[in-house]
Amino acid sequence: MTNVGVTVNGERHEADVEPRQLLVYFLRDTLGLKGTNVGCDTSSCGACTVLVDGESVKSCTVLAAQADGSEVTTIEGLAPEGALHPVQQAFHEQHALQCGYCTPGFVMATVSLLEENPSPSEEEIRRGLEGNLCRCTGYHNIVLAVEAAARAGA
Amino acid sequence: MSILGNRVLRKEDPRFLRGEATYVENLLLEGALTVTFVRSLLAHARIVGVDTSAAEALPDVQVFKGDDIDVSTGPPPIPVLEQRMRRPVVATDVARFVGDIVAVVLSPDRATGADAAELVSVEYDPLPLAVSPGDAVKDEVLLYPEIGTNVAGRAGRMDHDPRLFDGCDVVVRDTLVSQRLAACPLEVRSAAAEVGADGRVTAWLSTQVPHRDHFGLSATVGIDPGQFRVIAPDVGGGFGAKSAFGAEEAIVVWLARHLGRPVRWTETRSESMIALPHGRGQQLELALGGTRDGKLLAYRMDILQDAGAYPGVTAFLPNLTALLASGVYAIPQIEVEGVSVVTNTAPLTTVRGAGRPEATQAIERMVDLFAAEIGMDPVEVRRKNFIAKDAFPYKTATGATYDSADYEAALELALRAVGYDELRAEQQRRRDDGTKLELGIGISSYTEITNPLGEEEYGEVEITADGGAIVHTGSFSHGQGHETTFAMIAGERLGLPIEKIAVVKGDTDDVPRGTGTFGSKSTQIGGMAARGAADEVVERAKGLVGDYLEASAADVVLDTVLGRFHVVGTPQPALSWAELAERVGADARLDELKAQHDFMAPPTFPFGVHIAVVEVDVETGKVDLQRLVAVDDAGTLVNPLIAEGQVHGGVFTGVAQALYEEFVYDEEGNPLTGTFVNYAFPSSADVPAWEAIEMETPTPANELGVKGIGESGTIGATPAVWNAVLDALSPYGVRHVDLPCNGENVWRALQEAKA
Repeated sequence: MTNVGVTVNGERHEADVEPRQLLVYFLRDTLGLKGTNVGCDTSSCGACTVLVDGESVKSCTVLAAQADGSEVTTIEGLAPEGALHPVQQAFHEQHALQCGYCTPGFVMATVSLLEENPSPSEEEIRRGLEGNLCRCTGYHNIVLAVEAAARAGA
Repeated sequence: MSILGNRVLRKEDPRFLRGEATYVENLLLEGALTVTFVRSLLAHARIVGVDTSAAEALPDVQVFKGDDIDVSTGPPPIPVLEQRMRRPVVATDVARFVGDIVAVVLSPDRATGADAAELVSVEYDPLPLAVSPGDAVKDEVLLYPEIGTNVAGRAGRMDHDPRLFDGCDVVVRDTLVSQRLAACPLEVRSAAAEVGADGRVTAWLSTQVPHRDHFGLSATVGIDPGQFRVIAPDVGGGFGAKSAFGAEEAIVVWLARHLGRPVRWTETRSESMIALPHGRGQQLELALGGTRDGKLLAYRMDILQDAGAYPGVTAFLPNLTALLASGVYAIPQIEVEGVSVVTNTAPLTTVRGAGRPEATQAIERMVDLFAAEIGMDPVEVRRKNFIAKDAFPYKTATGATYDSADYEAALELALRAVGYDELRAEQQRRRDDGTKLELGIGISSYTEITNPLGEEEYGEVEITADGGAIVHTGSFSHGQGHETTFAMIAGERLGLPIEKIAVVKGDTDDVPRGTGTFGSKSTQIGGMAARGAADEVVERAKGLVGDYLEASAADVVLDTVLGRFHVVGTPQPALSWAELAERVGADARLDELKAQHDFMAPPTFPFGVHIAVVEVDVETGKVDLQRLVAVDDAGTLVNPLIAEGQVHGGVFTGVAQALYEEFVYDEEGNPLTGTFVNYAFPSSADVPAWEAIEMETPTPANELGVKGIGESGTIGATPAVWNAVLDALSPYGVRHVDLPCNGENVWRALQEAKA
């Protein structure tokens, strides 16, 4: 077992974990934060995207032990209780989610994308989010949502 | 003003946006054991022995073999299919595809389960293979030797009319393959089950059809239906692949009951790719004949359907393909013959479109081939052969009765939107300049069938103590937005805002019956059932209001704008729903403000025209989809925002089949596309923005005038893109490219044309 200390959504957690435990299962199973979904086992779909020290990371690609000492933000920590972050709000207003399974990952990836590039073109959005897969929306309204969030200064 | 027809934002969004959804894997189930399946590594093999000793040496690990679990998923679901081709939930004697379950591991957690599954040693004796349907249909290698054939089902007429094409100036022929696809819901399958203190079994399933699963699993596992509850919580997509439970769900429920302990299973993606039933897998040998002036006269379709190792509903799908063979055209004579065969591959099921994409791909490709053969613009050939808008209801040569449509109007709308004449001019300019980037324009005019089984759906509306309402529906939403659409439909009848209306679904204890969601039927039968129940509640409320206002119920009216009851012609005194609920509640009569309604209706036939514009690099074969204009008519739209979302997703799925995706097996039956790394699921960077245009031709099948919209986009888009690619390649003598039209297949077609 390895001792890991991670600050998640502003709260410090310490736990003994198996060295092979992935960050996503540390978040889901050890900390009980079920908002981060698992969509594949090859780091292809991005459903498990979270922010580690402010950057988007597929949490199935990182061992919990590698996140030791980091600050992690998950979908649960993006907005204060009862409120929506501007990116979440934009996804709602543009009907950018259907089954919702990819949504937390897309929202986190978008937050990171807009951090790097506050006013991306359509092309930059499509390229910037190509690590996240959605089966329901055909990406159309997701692109509109990112554009709307950018306009809102997210 | 009615709320119907407005772009209302979804009520269900916040919990998904905040990460508060209730997917099965999120369920906390104290003390649950984890199931891990040991799956066959060979596509066809006798199972000589299964050694579980090393696995069971791990702490708290148990392994079950086939003989330990005496459960069969039952015969194929449709009586005309070969009923003896049954799947034992765990293969005991023979494994018939890579992924067939050969042992079941129970462990305290997922990681231990994965370790233990690797330690189960299975001895196989390889058997000869029938991987492709072309091989299987020869009956040289049999998957079920005791039956003596691989044929699981047949469709259409078996008699040939040797004079079918008499009178035709031209007959074009081609053999098309609508390739095998993986449905890829972002949430893989997941199931959990436990036995309660009262002895009842509860199963949580990631499914589209909780009530069908309740019926089927109780029979399969042998549980009294009254002692069994199925809960479908939030489900992360299904696309048809979750419309029937599998061996896995049956095992989970059986184990929970057998052990008296909670049990859970969530497949991995790589497991899902090889074991969650696939879609399509249909080969179509086609001949279309007509006159030199463009009139279609006769059409022949021979279908060879891959049914996978254990036939399910897909073995029956050639019947649906046959039903829609005529497409949007008045073709006087059509012959269809279909045969479904079992192969040493994963089972197949209904995947978005299911039988209709194949029909549309077939006729739309053949119409383009016919147009090319007689040297006529494909637009003209379509115009000459459309079923006229005053011909409805129209019965086709294969027996479908289309309800309502205006194909010509949809075509004109799409042509204008895409700028057809300008595109043809641009195409010619490029050709004159000797381009290496050919422009292609492809048209697909389609119709399809929704609510194809003409089913009945359950709806219930109850007024709550605070004057709101709860809709209970037998329909199920796994992304379709029922919580909003059904609230709009009920709210419009009740005069309540959608914020006051909750929609309950997916729990067989809360909803006594239901058919779930598949075949694009939810709004037209589930929405109508909710509407009917709301109307009955209003009638009951009028009786109660009459008592309170000392008036006859017949004189009481509901002002649906204000949500208040009053006596006709006398706006005051009035009772709002909240006031009524309070008074009725005080009299302990709230139960009377509850009504159930079952609604049944015949199938409906949405239609539309999609036009794709592609650029093809004739040196590399690379296809760049530049535009896709989709005109879709699914009757009256309740919520155009949600309908448009369905079109976007549907078109995306259709484009994925046209350009990217194919589930591939090698000659030994090994899956070559068993992960998201090698299965070509397109990303946002692989597709353009969609140009969706709505048209609304109401159906007479229901009072809302609604048809289904969930699959139309998929059905319409694939042939539009396919035709566009062939249109781009027409100067090179290419008349056939296999799906998907990826760089490799296009390049090969170009090389063959050169040779």
